[in-house]
Amino acid sequence: MKGMSLIVKTITNIVIGFIFIYGVYIILHGHLTPGGGFAGGVIIAGAFILRFLAFGKGAKSEKKSSTTASIFESIGGLLFVGIAISGLLLAGTFFLNFLPKGEPFYLLSAGIIPLCNIAISIKVGAGLFSIFLALAAMKYVMED
Amino acid sequence: MIELYLFLAFILVAAIIATEIKDLLAAVISLGAVGFAVAIVFILVQAPDLAIVQIVVEVLTVVIFVAVILRTTHVDETIRKKLSGTQIFSIVLYAFFAILFLIVMFRSLQEMPDFGNPIMRVASEYIKLGLPKTGGANLVADVILDFRALDTLGEATVLFTSAIGVVALMRKSGRKK
Repeated sequence: MKGMSLIVKTITNIVIGFIFIYGVYIILHGHLTPGGGFAGGVIIAGAFILRFLAFGKGAKSEKKSSTTASIFESIGGLLFVGIAISGLLLAGTFFLNFLPKGEPFYLLSAGIIPLCNIAISIKVGAGLFSIFLALAAMKYVMED
Repeated sequence: MIELYLFLAFILVAAIIATEIKDLLAAVISLGAVGFAVAIVFILVQAPDLAIVQIVVEVLTVVIFVAVILRTTHVDETIRKKLSGTQIFSIVLYAFFAILFLIVMFRSLQEMPDFGNPIMRVASEYIKLGLPKTGGANLVADVILDFRALDTLGEATVLFTSAIGVVALMRKSGRKK
């Protein structure tokens, strides 16, 4: 993949940090405002896809990013199941909200819900990015 | 409520254009119009969580579709060929059952209660106990990550399976020339 013009590259450099921070905000405030792990993960995957489309890299680096994305997706899934199983081990019920509830409407509240949001966001973001890599980099992989 | 019906009509028109147009790029853009209209409909029926997810997923879908179409082909060659006899027969059969289904649907929808009123028994429990039981201010997050976390685990598994499927289909190693 060759990448796009200088204008697109410059604008991408300016905008991509804001997109990333907005995704992190949506994830971390998932238990307070609309949004959550799924939406924030998709936004972060969108930031990575924007970078990939604007700059482009050779086929070798695509394979490396694909491996990294797969590893991160597995880590997210294992985190989510790990939270569920720790509820089973510590308190006796699968997916029990075993952490203290805290004060409502504060960032550190709602027990395991923020942790679940983070796990899901890692999983969804990495999963969608690896799907994009597999589909968009397809031609380059097949030509080798 | 009139704007809701306007958007629903717009969704129908855009969906028909998306299936019938010959240029694949235009079809993808019509599909994106359908998705954004669905997001606006979600806002109109007061579901901001779903609207956010719908918008970001729609953007991503359109980008992936465009990236794939730019690398493959622009023209859908299956549209506007001459129809064969069996195709006409299946279209007539489909139209018959669709009209039958719509009539039944119309009759049964008249029996339904109004939208969001009265609140169902399970939902009223969630609304009453959401904040005190979980401490989360966003009720949707409370439901999908606490009361119904097992459903979310299933949804995560579906996404994992689809990613594995796509990567396995597009893999390089072990493929015969």
